[in-house]
Amino acid sequence: MTPLHIAAFTLTSALGHGREAHRAALHAERSGLRPAAFDLSQIECFIGEVERLDSPLPARLRAFDCRNHRLAWLALQQDGFLESVARLRARHGAGRIGVFIGSTTAGIHSAELAFRERVASDAALPDWFDYRHTQALGSAAEMVAAALELQGIALTVSTACSSSAKVFATASRALSAGLCDAAVVGGVDSLCLTTLHGFNALQLIGAEPCRPADAARRGISIGEAAAFAVLTRPQDDDGAPAGRLLGYGESSDAHHMSAPHPEGRGAAASMRAALRSAGLEVAAIDYINLHGTGTPANDAAEDRAVCAVFGSGTRCSSTKGWTGHTLGAAGAIEACLTLLCAADGYLPRSLNTRTLDPAFGAQVLLAAQRAPIRHALSNSFGFGGNNCTLLLGAA
Amino acid sequence: MTAAAMPAPSFLTSVAWVAPGLLDWPAARTVLRGESVWTAAELPTFQPERLPPNERRRASATVRMAFRVADEALRDAGVAADELATVFASADGDLAIAARICTALAQPPRQVSPTDFHNSVHNAPAGYWSIAVGATGPSTAVAAGDGSFAAGLLEAHLMAVAERRPTLLVAYDVPAPAPLQAKRPLRHAVGTALLLLPQDGPRTLASLRCAPLASTETVLDDAALEALRTDNPAARALPLLQRLACGHSDAIDLPLTPDLSLRVQLQCGSPP
Repeated sequence: MTPLHIAAFTLTSALGHGREAHRAALHAERSGLRPAAFDLSQIECFIGEVERLDSPLPARLRAFDCRNHRLAWLALQQDGFLESVARLRARHGAGRIGVFIGSTTAGIHSAELAFRERVASDAALPDWFDYRHTQALGSAAEMVAAALELQGIALTVSTACSSSAKVFATASRALSAGLCDAAVVGGVDSLCLTTLHGFNALQLIGAEPCRPADAARRGISIGEAAAFAVLTRPQDDDGAPAGRLLGYGESSDAHHMSAPHPEGRGAAASMRAALRSAGLEVAAIDYINLHGTGTPANDAAEDRAVCAVFGSGTRCSSTKGWTGHTLGAAGAIEACLTLLCAADGYLPRSLNTRTLDPAFGAQVLLAAQRAPIRHALSNSFGFGGNNCTLLLGAA
Repeated sequence: MTAAAMPAPSFLTSVAWVAPGLLDWPAARTVLRGESVWTAAELPTFQPERLPPNERRRASATVRMAFRVADEALRDAGVAADELATVFASADGDLAIAARICTALAQPPRQVSPTDFHNSVHNAPAGYWSIAVGATGPSTAVAAGDGSFAAGLLEAHLMAVAERRPTLLVAYDVPAPAPLQAKRPLRHAVGTALLLLPQDGPRTLASLRCAPLASTETVLDDAALEALRTDNPAARALPLLQRLACGHSDAIDLPLTPDLSLRVQLQCGSPP
């Protein structure tokens, strides 16, 4: 692919609001996971909850009001992101900036609350419930476009936990074909009973904070997050970029709906495709941000895949011990975390990982390291065997 | 925007369609040409033969609809299903599953069916399809409300022109059960599939060039078909399919967002 500039980025998660909160938590090795309950859920687990989602959306966005879109709006207000987009809008016009957002459940929590209000099994849903602006998946991109006053292409990608990695690929294609002059990409997923109880039904939630790649890992911790980035062609970016998108890979396991291919076949294909797309060799990669969810099967399959492509010489870690698994937001927030680490020359350890699984061959970091990160991969793999790898470059 | 100023074309080589009373593309083509009249009739349940028997029995309405049009598009298409990239487009996904999950969550013990949960992801039909045909390439699932067909067409077209990959677009939406039906009142189940190739070939039906444009969407003259078009997001494909059925090269504006259309420059036959 033709390399793109990441002109701006921002992220909000259980670690806090904006880049500095995340940088501080990464360096202090402070997790955002808490043994909290969400809504009426009684599942014994740790979650990564975002603070300050209590205020309704401003009047012009009020139709979209729900937990998911409040989280998106909170994130968009950090790090001067609104101002960055306003400058782009002035330069290219609102109709020439695309919006590509990944989300798995959008505002489904509003539907959960609406169903709970019904008095009988044949009763209607309450009047306040606005399906189109909250639960409908397209509302994730529509709300961001409305919030940023953009009128270009806007669509939601919903491929489970690879969703907001894949938006970088979709946006790259739209830019290369000249269908937009800049793109806002990102992901947002918020806590809801559907994912908490759904993953619990699949026995994939651990009772303790997730421990990616640990010999005693027991499952995921669910978190919520929103992260956004601006992609531009290098010649259209006046200032110094915040990072670069150099390649991406997309693949399918074609194996099972909710379990990874045991040899990590699709994951390896995704990483190889990203390298090919960037025209880079294995040796050029300084760090891999793993999908690393903390389930026995996911981490084992990804380890096989990393070893097949990289051997055991490339340093890698999962940052889900900090944020939890933020599902449809994972691709975007982990791309942003990787850019923060690259800016600082900081290779984070896999937080909560105490004893590396002895069957693993990849070089999973158990202690943080200081070293330059010129090129890094970020892996995101989802249900349905849907895989995406981003290849990011330092600013 | 003129066709010349629009980016490279993709090449449409196969079409599939299903709606109540319009059971395949040949039936729809006849109606779209005005040679017969559309009468809505109950849609027989489709058996997705590509799925193993136990999964076939339990397949959801969305999986059945997606497999139905994907199968039709690839019949006699001269391509191997496992070599295609896929784009699945749906505004609403599977609201029957969402309703079951939300109902289960409304009361203790709030127990969600694990099968319902993994089938609730928007890319469930995409995942089942990739497993059924052994397709290991890129696959995506998009949503854009009533613009979902145009969003899917845009991504499939981009896969063909920017990645040079033969790509199957599958667009579908099915009516929701109560109580969501009142909030999202679709009357008819509709599915359509288009096979887009990066290069011209002997099976080319038409070439497509796409670009976003602030314009009003193209509508249909026939009142019944126009009502079908506005009923279901997948049926927003009809103006494009109507021009194709008639062999009429034209610019068609498909709704993409509340502010924007996707202008499709359709050139029937191979490009000059």
